[in-house]
Amino acid sequence: MNIIFQTWPWYVSGFLIGMIMLCLIYFGKAFGMSSNLRSLCSMAGAGKYVSFFNFDWKSQRWNLVVVLGAMLGGFIAVHFMSDPSNVDINPKTIAQLAQLGIDAPNGKLMPDALFGTQIWQSPKSILILLIGGILIGFGTRYAGGCTSGHAISGLSNLQLPSLKAVIGFFIGGLIMAHFLLPLIF
Amino acid sequence: MNVLKYLLVGFVFGIVLTKSEAVSWYRIYEMFQFQSFHMYGIISVAIATGVIGIQLIKRNNIKDIKGQPIEIQDKEKGSTRYWIGGIFFGLGWALVGSCPGPIFILLGAGFWSVLIIFFGALLGTFIYGVFKDKLPH
Repeated sequence: MNIIFQTWPWYVSGFLIGMIMLCLIYFGKAFGMSSNLRSLCSMAGAGKYVSFFNFDWKSQRWNLVVVLGAMLGGFIAVHFMSDPSNVDINPKTIAQLAQLGIDAPNGKLMPDALFGTQIWQSPKSILILLIGGILIGFGTRYAGGCTSGHAISGLSNLQLPSLKAVIGFFIGGLIMAHFLLPLIF
Repeated sequence: MNVLKYLLVGFVFGIVLTKSEAVSWYRIYEMFQFQSFHMYGIISVAIATGVIGIQLIKRNNIKDIKGQPIEIQDKEKGSTRYWIGGIFFGLGWALVGSCPGPIFILLGAGFWSVLIIFFGALLGTFIYGVFKDKLPH
């Protein structure tokens, strides 16, 4: 029963993610998660104020169902398929995080330092998550896709614009991870 | 709309991203520090699988589930939006360790602090919508 509890190897996971994208293509759709954020804004009535959100979000309902399924999958995987051996990251990474005051995983997916319940009392922690979210929402819509839409779908279809976007993802990510995170923590 | 098949695909997606730990803040940090091959392996194999699958679809004119020819839309040509938008997203990705898929998956799993990221992502999307016509694309 190891396969249920242990961390899935990259070659199995990568293959399954590729198959999920192909599955959606076979259904006549496209794999992309960030466009759901636009649909949700439209559902909330943003189309009355901003024309970008005045589109037929109902045509995107299928993608919201994918999201619902993903949420259920996350629930099952976290609550019934986890094990303390999970998130076995590089010891060097753990040492580096300790210097920033960020706790080691010990089977957790998320560090308490950033996601624990104490953050609701810390304006700084809330601001970090909020700004991170804004950068993600703004950046993905500006670039027209995220990891699923550009890195997986776009690169699989050999799209040059997606390659530019993905290189952009890594430029931004490396700047944050190497220069900004040490300043923030 | 046959809802069930989308629910099922999403369900598998949620399980795979959680069990591969691609939803983990730690894995994203480790990736950007180049201290593990894990995330690079996942992304590379996903793309390799996708490239082969799409080539098979194109070369064999495989039809979709409704019997229609499969047409995969090309991305709009351009540069500015991809570079700048990409960098913005990358900054956020490395800060809070989640891309849009994982935001939903983590919420489903009950990580309530991710609600703040989710709200921020909606706000960021809204901000883009407001300034869309003033931004270089």
